[in-house]
Amino acid sequence: MGEENKVILHGVWASPFSKRVELALKLKGIPFEYVEEDLQNKSPQLLRCNPVHKKIPVLVHNGKPIAESLVILEYIDETWKNSPRLLPKDPYKRAKVRFWTSFVQQQLFDTMFTVTKTEGEAQRKAVKEVSEKLQVLEEGIKELFPNGNPCIDSQNIGLLDIVILSLLGPHKVQEEVLGIKIIDPEKTPLIFAWLTAINQLTVVKEATPPHDKLVALLKFLRENSLKSSA
Amino acid sequence: MADELVLLDFWPSPFGMRVRIALAEKGIKHEYREEDLRNKSALLLQMNPVHKKIPVLIHNGKPVCESLIQVQYIDEVWHDQAPLLPSDPYQRAIARFWADFVDKKIYELGRKIWTTKGEEQETGKKEFIECLKLLEGELGDKPYFGGENLGYVDVVLVPFYSWFLAYEKCGNFSIEAECPKLIAWAQRCLQKESVSKSLPDQEKVYGFVLQLKKIFGIE
Repeated sequence: MGEENKVILHGVWASPFSKRVELALKLKGIPFEYVEEDLQNKSPQLLRCNPVHKKIPVLVHNGKPIAESLVILEYIDETWKNSPRLLPKDPYKRAKVRFWTSFVQQQLFDTMFTVTKTEGEAQRKAVKEVSEKLQVLEEGIKELFPNGNPCIDSQNIGLLDIVILSLLGPHKVQEEVLGIKIIDPEKTPLIFAWLTAINQLTVVKEATPPHDKLVALLKFLRENSLKSSA
Repeated sequence: MADELVLLDFWPSPFGMRVRIALAEKGIKHEYREEDLRNKSALLLQMNPVHKKIPVLIHNGKPVCESLIQVQYIDEVWHDQAPLLPSDPYQRAIARFWADFVDKKIYELGRKIWTTKGEEQETGKKEFIECLKLLEGELGDKPYFGGENLGYVDVVLVPFYSWFLAYEKCGNFSIEAECPKLIAWAQRCLQKESVSKSLPDQEKVYGFVLQLKKIFGIE
């Protein structure tokens, strides 16, 4: 790869935030070098590139680092203007996409983490909260899919699709490990159809780790959390 | 057809102040409506049913919610006047990173300072100062985060300056002693009418915080 336009992604295969950036680069056909970080032993490059948060993902483009997955995604869209465009052109539509992205990021992510890391009453409470928030999202995305049929392809996939995928794309894995229904096609038919459509894309399938590997990871994370809080 | 712009806001809200500054910087005519948060208007609940919060910007009847989203929206629609985000994608990413940093840290840490005591408050104060020092580092020798002119990060951060007296009194410390450069920056921003007209007086905010402490039974 030539020095101009050299792209490096510091990530972790298990991180949904890292996966988002990986997917965006692959969707836009941007060649990049991937560095799998060990979070127990972060590379000096990572610490130099993200001294403020010391977290992944970090994108390094022509030697210049960018941190925070949503900031990275907007940077990618503004720098590589080929299809798919991750954000619409119209400012009002952009505001809507950013609003729902922020909702998923700030409202759903933390509550989902609580569901996966707790049991008993704490988990029941978190599951109820997720369900309520999914209802709000179901209502909200109706204006994004006015004909009630999310048709996502590799040309029209956008920021919100990538973000919802990173959280709930593996809902079957989550349901298997937790024994709880997360996405009910009867309660949230639009979200169910939306996730199904995104999961069908070839680029997405290729970027998703095998089911068994994800199940093993989630089991491990859950057991670790329950042990440390016991 | 002339643009119709309504801002639903609450005077001490730093998030509302961000939008006020952005509108003023660009000289955008709008109607300001003060909300009573204990008695939210039907319009507010209709325009922001998801969060039921201010600020809400209503542009020709269509609502835009969340202050960072609103400031970017204003910058994109009225892109010719006083641009807040730089045109270079990398500089934009840096600005967005620091705006995100302010959003993640400053409000919560500030809140910790005025709502807690003892060790929790001490931790809050320490982390708050550490964050301000990081921001000072990012500012460097520039007059504003945006360079020669007010930019996105300036607009996002400066509203919290109106809360500094409240934090200092509640936390019994001096922010200026620790971060003189940042205070100098804030005072530089206040020289601009768009900022001075958008930020309430620090004493007024302190009075408001004291009232809140009484209502919530916080010592």
